[in-house]
Amino acid sequence: MIETANWKDRLSPGVNAIKPSGIRKFFDIAASMEDVISLGVGEPDFVTPWSIRESCVYGLEKGYTSYTANRGMMELREEIAKHYERKFNITYDAKTDILITVGVSEALDIALRAVVKPGDEVLIPEPCYVSYAACATLAGGVAVPVAAKIENEFRITPAELEPYVTEKTKVLLIGYPNNPTGAIMTREDLLKLADFAEKHDLIVISDEIYGDLSYGDHTHVAFASLPKMQERTILLNGFSKAYAMTGWRIGYSLANPTITAAMTKIHQYTMLCAPITAQVAAIEALRRGEKYMKKMVAEYDRRRHLIYDGFTKMGLEVFEPKGAFYIFPSITSTGMTSDEFAEKLLQKEHVALVPGSAFGECGEGHVRCSYATAIDKISEALARIENFIKNNKK
Amino acid sequence: MRELLELLEHDARRPVSELAAMLGKSEYEIEKSMKDLEKEKIILSYNALINWEKFGDDTVTAIIEINLTPEREVGFDAIAERIYRYDEVRTVYLMSGSFDLLVIIEGQSLKEVANFVATRLSTIEGVTATRSHFMLKPYKKDGVLMTDSEKDRRLVVSP
Repeated sequence: MIETANWKDRLSPGVNAIKPSGIRKFFDIAASMEDVISLGVGEPDFVTPWSIRESCVYGLEKGYTSYTANRGMMELREEIAKHYERKFNITYDAKTDILITVGVSEALDIALRAVVKPGDEVLIPEPCYVSYAACATLAGGVAVPVAAKIENEFRITPAELEPYVTEKTKVLLIGYPNNPTGAIMTREDLLKLADFAEKHDLIVISDEIYGDLSYGDHTHVAFASLPKMQERTILLNGFSKAYAMTGWRIGYSLANPTITAAMTKIHQYTMLCAPITAQVAAIEALRRGEKYMKKMVAEYDRRRHLIYDGFTKMGLEVFEPKGAFYIFPSITSTGMTSDEFAEKLLQKEHVALVPGSAFGECGEGHVRCSYATAIDKISEALARIENFIKNNKK
Repeated sequence: MRELLELLEHDARRPVSELAAMLGKSEYEIEKSMKDLEKEKIILSYNALINWEKFGDDTVTAIIEINLTPEREVGFDAIAERIYRYDEVRTVYLMSGSFDLLVIIEGQSLKEVANFVATRLSTIEGVTATRSHFMLKPYKKDGVLMTDSEKDRRLVVSP
């Protein structure tokens, strides 16, 4: 269509204030290449375990095609409550504290919209998932990025956050295990953040979508399970990563009854309910999916070792990721910016990855590599990257 | 050890350097573990799983159920041994249920396999009955899909 007027000025200021996600920058080039190996994919390379897919198909056959309650099917909420009771020893009431959403993306959006009033500041440790700052802005808030440091394996500390606290600071938005860095926070690290949240009376939105993907000696700690934290925490989780269910779009939030009711109001007017097909599948995932999930996690863990080993041998500065399925090496030693590095690597060696700058300014100098890719492809990609670095030393 | 075995079972051609990196061990340790496992006959062989049909072979595979009269002292073992010594016999299992031995045989033609069953297996003393089933199409073998497997449908880059 040909536009004859200035439509941009008629858009909402919130929309004009956000930039399109930088993650898809080289997507078109990459999509046109035949033999590209992609380490740029932020989703599992497994398909959803058959037993989960089958339960959805069976549900469809039985006629599960209607709306569900706004908050989601009671059966699913009860399974989630049981899961958190068993795993983290925290009690959520399936009736009042749980809301089933269309992926964590929706949960994040409505959580921020429910609690942020215009001008409220949202502390966001970076590098982080691309939606955080954008959703905070769209909710009318002010995103306040706080840089985490590679020296500290991209964990965030109260000392780093403290200088950014003002009277308007309302929310601390964290996501660990972290996309894009693979960083985790130990219980001790989180306890310090808990003190910080209490001191400044903050609402903590904790995106724990990668919680199940924790490796080595690290076990995931739910932020809400820390002393006195449950009431002020909006815990977000879903099925996409652990159960390889990205395309199903199913997630949930766990929060106090008032916040949950507020989020439900937005949810019921905008989304009505999450798809029933995905809810049926999610029930199966919680009831019988754990063994399949553990198998996938074990496989990611082996790939994690391989890719970490590969980057270490190349001599890049990199720390061992203990969660999610990303590794975030520094490429500053090549003399290139992360954008340059990603683009040239794609052109010359046909390996796609995502420049760190897409995840916040402090991600510059790094690239995000996903190891949710078959082992032989990881090996081949590592060989190509090594070759690229050798030939492009400045 | 279990993890190493699982990796090898899935792909026996993986380089030792890769195995070492994946399991967080040194190459020497991996090589030693593999030698030990071979010595203990836990690892028996490193085979390729081949789709002969796709290659163009018309091999015939038959699954034979055999009923036996067990012998005193040795039970089923002596007869099983007589059977598994044949090169044509690929697999032999002792089973519970309505028959005793499950035998998988490969041959060049239906006639050849039928002939083998009639002249070699049925005539063994102690074999009281045989039932042959011919395999028509393999879908999955040893955990591997024999048909072309599912494609990666993911976008090249995603958040």
